[in-house]
Amino acid sequence: MVGVPRPCGRPIGGVLLNQLARRLLASLPAYRVIALAFTVLAVAGAVAILVQAELLARALADGVLSRSGAEALAGTLALLAGVFAVRAGLSWAQQALAQRAAASIKASLRRRLLRRTQELGPGWLTGQHSGALTTTLGRGLDALEPYFTGYFPQLFVAAVVPLAVLVRLAVADLASAVIVLVTLPLIPIFGILVGLSTKRATERQWRSLERLGGHFLDLVAGLPTLRAFGRARAQAVAVRRTADEHRVATMGTLRIAFLSALVLELVATLSVALVAVPVGLRTLDGGMDLETALLVLLLAPEAYLPLRALGSQFHASTEGLAVASRAFAVLDEPDAHGAADSGRPERAVVARAHEAGAPCVVRFEGVSVRYPRRDEPALDDLSLTVAPGERVALVGPSGAGKSTLLNVLLGLVVADAGRVTLTKADGAELDLDTVDVQELRRQLAWVPQRPHLFARTVAENIRLGRPDAGDDDVVRAARLAHADEFVTDLPRGYDTPLGERGAGLSAGQRQRIALARAFLRDAPLLLLDEPTAGLDAGSEAAVVDATSRLMAGRTVLVVAHRPAMVADADRVVRLEHGRIVGGSDRTALGVG
Amino acid sequence: MANRSARTRYGPIRRMLGMLRAHLGRLVLAVSASVVTELAALALMGTAAWLLARAAQQPPLAALSLAIVGVRAFATARGVFRYGERLAGHDAALRALATLRGRVYDALVPLAPSGLPAYRSADLLSRMVSDVEAVQDLVVRVLVPVSTAVVVAGVAVGFTALVLPPAAVVLAIGLALAGVVVPLLMVSAARRTARRLAPARAELAERHTDLLHGSADLAAFGATEQALTDAERAGERLARLERGTALTTALGGAGSMLVQGATTVAVTVLALDAGSLAGVMVPVLALVALISFEPVLPLVPAVQRLLESRASMRRVLAVLDARPPVAEPASPLPAPGRDVTVELRSVSVRYPEASRDAVDGVDLRLTPGRRVAVVGTSGSGKSTLLACLMRFIEPSAGTVLLNGHDVRDYDGDDVRAVITGVTQDAHLFHTTIRENLRLARPDASDDDLLGALELARLRDWVSSLPAGLDTEVGEGGGQVSGGQRQRLALARALLADPPVVLLDEPTEGLDPQTADELVADLLATTRGRSTVLVTHRLFGLDGVDEVVVLHAGRVVQRGTHADLVAVAGPYQDLWWASHPAPASK
Repeated sequence: MVGVPRPCGRPIGGVLLNQLARRLLASLPAYRVIALAFTVLAVAGAVAILVQAELLARALADGVLSRSGAEALAGTLALLAGVFAVRAGLSWAQQALAQRAAASIKASLRRRLLRRTQELGPGWLTGQHSGALTTTLGRGLDALEPYFTGYFPQLFVAAVVPLAVLVRLAVADLASAVIVLVTLPLIPIFGILVGLSTKRATERQWRSLERLGGHFLDLVAGLPTLRAFGRARAQAVAVRRTADEHRVATMGTLRIAFLSALVLELVATLSVALVAVPVGLRTLDGGMDLETALLVLLLAPEAYLPLRALGSQFHASTEGLAVASRAFAVLDEPDAHGAADSGRPERAVVARAHEAGAPCVVRFEGVSVRYPRRDEPALDDLSLTVAPGERVALVGPSGAGKSTLLNVLLGLVVADAGRVTLTKADGAELDLDTVDVQELRRQLAWVPQRPHLFARTVAENIRLGRPDAGDDDVVRAARLAHADEFVTDLPRGYDTPLGERGAGLSAGQRQRIALARAFLRDAPLLLLDEPTAGLDAGSEAAVVDATSRLMAGRTVLVVAHRPAMVADADRVVRLEHGRIVGGSDRTALGVG
Repeated sequence: MANRSARTRYGPIRRMLGMLRAHLGRLVLAVSASVVTELAALALMGTAAWLLARAAQQPPLAALSLAIVGVRAFATARGVFRYGERLAGHDAALRALATLRGRVYDALVPLAPSGLPAYRSADLLSRMVSDVEAVQDLVVRVLVPVSTAVVVAGVAVGFTALVLPPAAVVLAIGLALAGVVVPLLMVSAARRTARRLAPARAELAERHTDLLHGSADLAAFGATEQALTDAERAGERLARLERGTALTTALGGAGSMLVQGATTVAVTVLALDAGSLAGVMVPVLALVALISFEPVLPLVPAVQRLLESRASMRRVLAVLDARPPVAEPASPLPAPGRDVTVELRSVSVRYPEASRDAVDGVDLRLTPGRRVAVVGTSGSGKSTLLACLMRFIEPSAGTVLLNGHDVRDYDGDDVRAVITGVTQDAHLFHTTIRENLRLARPDASDDDLLGALELARLRDWVSSLPAGLDTEVGEGGGQVSGGQRQRLALARALLADPPVVLLDEPTEGLDPQTADELVADLLATTRGRSTVLVTHRLFGLDGVDEVVVLHAGRVVQRGTHADLVAVAGPYQDLWWASHPAPASK
């Protein structure tokens, strides 16, 4: 974390902020300013507490002894009201500041997370539970709020207020101050001791709790299957039994977990009793005046309150810390194998215009790709040359390396060995090892198996191919892709906004939008990943027709499962286990 | 279908509370413990104040002894009862959760899968399960604190009324302001805020989806940077709105503190001026007023939480109120034997709120051993047809006959004992292979299981696993491949050994080669058995007795594969589209 200001809350930070929390705070923009503001607010709050107790004790002592009436105490009472108002104002300022800080840190973490997911790239993302990531980025980060509005400002209060109260108590009555001084540390000490001794037991129990909790969702999700085999009613008993086991196990955990609450509460209240009773006896002896006695009684609980509050705020903020740790895990993710520099943030590359032109040559020379945690290489010393304007169909069983081959050309996967070059029509050679990936991608258009459509208008979705394209160009591309015929039937034609992930369109229609993108891009190299996969035969015909039109006059690599895609190719290359094992030559070019 | 009261603002909360009545005893216990805890705090400070004030009047020591005992007792009670309250509250909440889970499950049994939209999306389903869990919050964070605040405030006002009635009026007003008016104001402010934030949140969520699901598309077209910039802009817009609303939402706590201070000062003034009041009671009244606000201050977050969980409760109640799509007969016919003939007579099915029939006038006859394939594009009504056969859904017109009797006269489970198989999205449970298979026949021996696995061509694979039949398949079968998942579902259906086997898109999500192998196996193992195969892939259909082509719910063609492929029509179009004639090139 070079260049990020380190948290300066050292005095409290040592014990109460773990590594995770420090890192979280380090992502807070303007951390120093906010920490300073919380310190000032905590000091002001402590002064207000002392003054309030002072004034209240004076008024009440007078009420007991001299009975001079409210009028005589008007000044004191007015001041007291003022102090209450000041405390309310300080509380408002603290909360407002904390909530603003929370909003900022959420935005900043979100920004970094998103950047990191794009750096890690599509290869990494497909391995993730994308629903969980979306949740983390959205509502998940909201769980940080209790941390910033509760625990974090309370840290400053807990550092300042007990100290201030102790000093004032020592001035008023040393004996009481000593009692508080001795008992006060018991709160964190007991908290830690109880926590440590129960940690292992609770952790073990939480795991079994999670399993029991997940059981219900599993049964609910499988209900259609249970009904199909007449087991649904029999499982109703299991639902109730599991819910009951869940309760018993949870209560077992809580009985231990709440022990710390019991100890903290007892220490705090018994200490007040320990202070109040001797003070009362000394007042009886005449050894202490009533005003001082009341002041001590009012101040003593204030010494314990911030520490107890800190404890409960901490529990409320643990979910936020869990989210933070998930977020940091993503940020710390090592550069995945599949992560070429797709959209690296430092390089502000704006999508420039495509590069139209004559078809180009693609050459793979001894290329190998090995994914982590896989025994077999995805591509194994593969050599292949695609001539200008040649259409090559890649066939073979799933997992043979067909998609990996395309992903290497797309710059989504980096080859471990070998050389991949792309020779433009003007003779310029782009070596994938050295070329800027954006420069490379300007040479190609891509139609994946399941193209992603964005929650924007149809026209904007097509314009992904060429952001500066005019309306006429968009419509022309859509016509070529057989998309125009259904787009014009949509309620607002090309301006119809699509739902999330293209909701509202069929798989075949989505595929035709993706083809329109490729038409609009008009790039010399075309990469297709079985564009008819998962389509019913009716839509397949339209997609096949549009695809063969798109392939004309370009260098094409198409992953093909279906005969229709193979039929249009000049050459068929068969892959198995990452190697070329054969294929039919329709041109003179050799197979590597 | 939602009950009328579920639509009003507090209706769902009221009904959910009604459901908690079964646990009233435990709830009362939890609330009592919580009340005692708070009253002990109140009494501790009140007694201590009295002790000091009385001591200042220099009475004999004996006059103070009771107060001294009281101070110590209240101090201990507070700690002990706090512990009890926490445990009792959570216990009541978990019992309520268990009850609700049971009721929701019972309600879901007749609804799955046709009667509930949630069964069309895994996300909706898991949201519903967490909705059920919201009831825990209702007890621990709402019900107990609110009841406690009401009781403690009542006791404080009552005590004050006994000592100095005018002060009680002031205290009552103050507590009502802090406990009722401030929370309501905050809630309405929060609702306004949420309305303002909602569009910004929705926009941000869309940008996130684009980046997370479309990252490859964006990268390939060089648009990642632009999409990131858009997302950051949306995020900054949300943060700006949130920072703007912080100034208002922070007012809640401050407002309550202000009321607390004003009330304390006012009660003190009244006590100081009350000539008849014994001096020792002045600090007591002031401190009781001050401390009685403690349980009232947390009401702002409690009410907030209550309203947030209202949407959850509404969704849970909608499930409990949903009407099952199929009514079971009061006195069902005896279960059919193994010789089964099923007949659909011009059956139509229309889903509620749909504009056209999902299945429209379909006839179908399945005599023992007859094998039928139903083909058609997605949305043509294939799966609805199967749901109808399995009695998951009621035809809106026409009849389904089982051995000549209207299927409505049979118990649904008896129907599914003879007509079942691999349903759409067949679920693998998070348990072992053995348990997943035995679902279909709980008394099956290991030999039976291995026999079924053999037929599904999984026996060698299972034998090669270190744990064999005891291998865990993971959540949703995530530890096994897609092909193995489908084959396990097939083995389960074969183990059930129904006279009529239904196979709904058994190759969904498999690569073509695996899919074709599986279909070949399916047709081989079900030979001689009544079978309905639903598919959109035209492969191996020359092995079935009849092919039915569905389009928009209607039968547009039917006959053998050889007949259909020979004549011009939808089937031939579908066939040529996926099997181009070599000569055409």
